[in-house]
Amino acid sequence: MKHSIIRRTLIVCGIGLMVLGIYRGEAAMIWQKAVYVCLECIGIG
Amino acid sequence: MQEKKEFREKNIKNKEKRTGLRLRGWIQALFFAFSNGYLAGYLNAKIYRGQLKQICVPGLNCYSCPGALASCPIGALQSLLDSKKFHFSCYIFGFFLVVGGILGRAVCGFLCPFGWIQDLCYRIPIWIPKRVPDTLRWKLERMNKRKHLPGHKVLIWLKYVILAVFVILLPMTVMTEFGAGVPWFCKLICPSGTLFGGIPLVLLDEALAANAGGYFLWKVTLLALLLSTSVFVYRPFCKYLCPLGAVYSGFYKISLFRLKLDESLCIHCGKCSKTCLMGVDPEHGKNRQECIACGDCQKSCPTKAISFWPKGKDTFSS
Repeated sequence: MKHSIIRRTLIVCGIGLMVLGIYRGEAAMIWQKAVYVCLECIGIG
Repeated sequence: MQEKKEFREKNIKNKEKRTGLRLRGWIQALFFAFSNGYLAGYLNAKIYRGQLKQICVPGLNCYSCPGALASCPIGALQSLLDSKKFHFSCYIFGFFLVVGGILGRAVCGFLCPFGWIQDLCYRIPIWIPKRVPDTLRWKLERMNKRKHLPGHKVLIWLKYVILAVFVILLPMTVMTEFGAGVPWFCKLICPSGTLFGGIPLVLLDEALAANAGGYFLWKVTLLALLLSTSVFVYRPFCKYLCPLGAVYSGFYKISLFRLKLDESLCIHCGKCSKTCLMGVDPEHGKNRQECIACGDCQKSCPTKAISFWPKGKDTFSS
């Protein structure tokens, strides 16, 4: 029961943080980086 | 008659185990195809540029892979932390809370493409030719299919160090001479990026191939080492190096899909811990943070005391 409450609280907080992140423009920034080949990620940069 | 009965029972158990493996393997393959389904990327040596890349997949799946339709959470976290704009990523930490709270490390067992590749490597049989001399044969047989590397108990903490140093601290603090941040885990370690992104792009794009140098060679060597080790040792990258596994392992007590033991049914036969390739001891609740919900212990349990479903009875004292 205790674990269930903690889990639900964390999931709700997680959804809230995701919404806040989208509002702050984090998702857009991820998109800006992810649409170009990340040379470091593939071991070239 | 008794022998025949035992043989039949053993065959049924093996068949059940194979079916379970097949089901998990199919889920892994389907999720791999789903998250890397941009086929035009492989044909044109270009990566997907659509809006879906604002979303992260739960597993380690490089967003520079030609087939990737979404972003890698570890790559995304580093790209946000190494930018000067954000010092804390609400979006990615929120994503970890949601995915970890629901699935925990079941992500590693079912949804991670690199985990699937390691599973496939471990299924490669090791064949020792008859001509091999006995002294060498003995050594080869000792190497044959083991659960862990020597020093396992210490090495499992390495992934937390990698998470703290290469994914969080270095991208936040160490910049290039031009003031740009560097995704250090991707640059120096991530074998998923090399396998799904680096190698296909270098093979498909001549300009990238011309620029492949020391870092690429290092990453290919590391990838080769990890994949060859995976033939003998079960999931060495997940156990010792993966920062995403380190994040999800923090949810082992609370996630919806997690290892649950009904102690009233347990007969303490120890079959579950012997079966577990990740080194979890469900009976005594040891190393539960390493559980990837593969279900091998559940299948081996003669009294069905173990479950992973949300409604399973959980009487772990810890």
